[in-house]
Amino acid sequence: MAQVSVKIPTPLRSFAGGASVIPVEGATVGEVLRRMTDAHAGLQRHLFTPEGKLRSFVTVYRNDEDVRYLERDATPVKDGDVVSIVPAIAGGSDAGPKDPRGLPIPRRDVTPGAHPRTLSNEEVLRYSRHLLLSEVGVEGQKKLRDAKVLIVGAGGLGSPTALYLTAVGIGEIGLVDFDRVELSNLKRQVLYTTADIDRPKVGAARERLHAMNPAIRVVTYPEPLTAANAMEVIRGYDVVIDGTDNFATRYLVNDACVLLGTPNVYGSIYRFEGQASVFDARVGPCYRCLYPQPPPPGLVPSCAEAGVLGVLPGIVGVIQATETIKILLGVGEPLVGRLLLFDALAMSFRELTVRKNPECDLCGPHATQKGLIDYQEFCGVPAPGSVPAVDPGVPDVSVTELAEELASSDPPFLLDVREPEEWAIAHLPGAHLIPRRALPDRLDEVTGARRVVVYCKSGARSGTATQLLLGLGFSGVRNLRGGIDAWAKQVDPSMPRY
Amino acid sequence: MTAASVPAELLADIARHGEETYPDECCGFLVGTATGEERHVTQIERAANQFDGQRRRRFVIRPEELRRVEEKLEGTCQSVLGFYHSHPDHPARPSAFDRDHAWPWYLYIVLNVAEGHAGPVDAFELEPETREFHAVPFRSAPPPRART
Repeated sequence: MAQVSVKIPTPLRSFAGGASVIPVEGATVGEVLRRMTDAHAGLQRHLFTPEGKLRSFVTVYRNDEDVRYLERDATPVKDGDVVSIVPAIAGGSDAGPKDPRGLPIPRRDVTPGAHPRTLSNEEVLRYSRHLLLSEVGVEGQKKLRDAKVLIVGAGGLGSPTALYLTAVGIGEIGLVDFDRVELSNLKRQVLYTTADIDRPKVGAARERLHAMNPAIRVVTYPEPLTAANAMEVIRGYDVVIDGTDNFATRYLVNDACVLLGTPNVYGSIYRFEGQASVFDARVGPCYRCLYPQPPPPGLVPSCAEAGVLGVLPGIVGVIQATETIKILLGVGEPLVGRLLLFDALAMSFRELTVRKNPECDLCGPHATQKGLIDYQEFCGVPAPGSVPAVDPGVPDVSVTELAEELASSDPPFLLDVREPEEWAIAHLPGAHLIPRRALPDRLDEVTGARRVVVYCKSGARSGTATQLLLGLGFSGVRNLRGGIDAWAKQVDPSMPRY
Repeated sequence: MTAASVPAELLADIARHGEETYPDECCGFLVGTATGEERHVTQIERAANQFDGQRRRRFVIRPEELRRVEEKLEGTCQSVLGFYHSHPDHPARPSAFDRDHAWPWYLYIVLNVAEGHAGPVDAFELEPETREFHAVPFRSAPPPRART
């Protein structure tokens, strides 16, 4: 057993009776420190975590050697050695990704804020499986409780994300969605039940989330996210989760997050494939670095057009929730600079590196975009919630007009440009199926028809098919406005809609 | 700690340091004397931000640097009173990260640097029992003169 001297740093001397040097006995550095904190209990929590590990910014020297390069707390000591406790000084402008609110700085006589510093007994029990993880612990759980997360889109991706973040105790969850629950949502949007059909999504979601965890605060935004409100809505949140289903909103979310310095946890799904990443322009690329321009309108079909495996958003959404928790706790390696690709059919994951684009107009060193833009114009699509305007350049016909023509003695050639799976659900009587992608190779099947009406599910794909045919010299070609969906609503309500 | 004094010229030096290192965080030592509950900063010493990562939002002063400065001050009436650092494009308020890594007793001066220009500065101390920061009133004044 050696007799050593322990040098106490200035900040901790008041916990050691004012002493700058304390004599302690021990065989190793670890034993010396334990005996010292046994004698001076006030030093314990400043030097050690609740789990008994030396705090990461406490460095211990044996004489002039940092014990991290020796045998750490097993470093032996001998008579006359000096064990010095030296703080490493650290700090920064963010707690994890961002701490936009800063901290409330009370004067000594100010009442503390709403969240008590300790966890209640109920919180300890509810989150006990988190508290047992050294990467979370009590302090990490408090961070989650103090956090504010905004989820844009309460649909397929937003549902599992909201559920899991509620379960783990995120203090405030914002939900942005102007839509109502539809029957076709229920196979993948697991926040909702049959009883919720036709209810505003955010209202139904708030009830479900509160039932799961009454302590969290759910703030709802039952309106489209637009360039007019995005900055105000997103400001103040620590992390934004992109659960959107359209490119215009995706670019809007990205741009607002870049301008506000907020991490954007991205996820997308298409048929059997999913993608996820974290776009944090302060430390890595933004969405525009990956995709500077949106695809042409109609090139990438939506889930309503292409279909999606029901469980797929569950997988990608929980990945987004996982990344959000990692960012808030400051643990692990978030997907910054990495695009995670998931293939459900192959059950495989792979990763692509995404680099910050030095030419990025938004987050690059020579960025010229300093504010939000017109995203509908940028993406060439109608505003969210609006009725798509008829392109005056594409001749069209209404479903009621078509019904009259089909009942006449000279009906038009009816061309269905959907996929075979859609045809199997429902199709117009007398129609001819040529999927849009196959049309250029099967034009001979349309040749000779004097009048052609082209339709798809909603009128978008058939609009491009009509333009194609007209451009190739076909005449008398018209697009069915509103597609087979409009036919089912206005002409034949017995036809299934999907 | 009830109050701190920091000469105007030292505040200007801190501001200059923050502008020079922008967009990275600057950091350094506050050196001076402690009389009772007051701290009198009489000099600053710049430190290198040795954080191994994003220095735009983190700083680290390694323990060997602190040892070096403390050893230099041994035998004088001065000691390390605390530290300053900058928040590029962020308020001059301590973050949760600052709080999680702060030590009681030390004076923490935080400087806002917005788009490369020094902005407000404020001073804080960590309350040891609650581990919350409280603001420390500080004045920009000459240090107390020794009695003659």
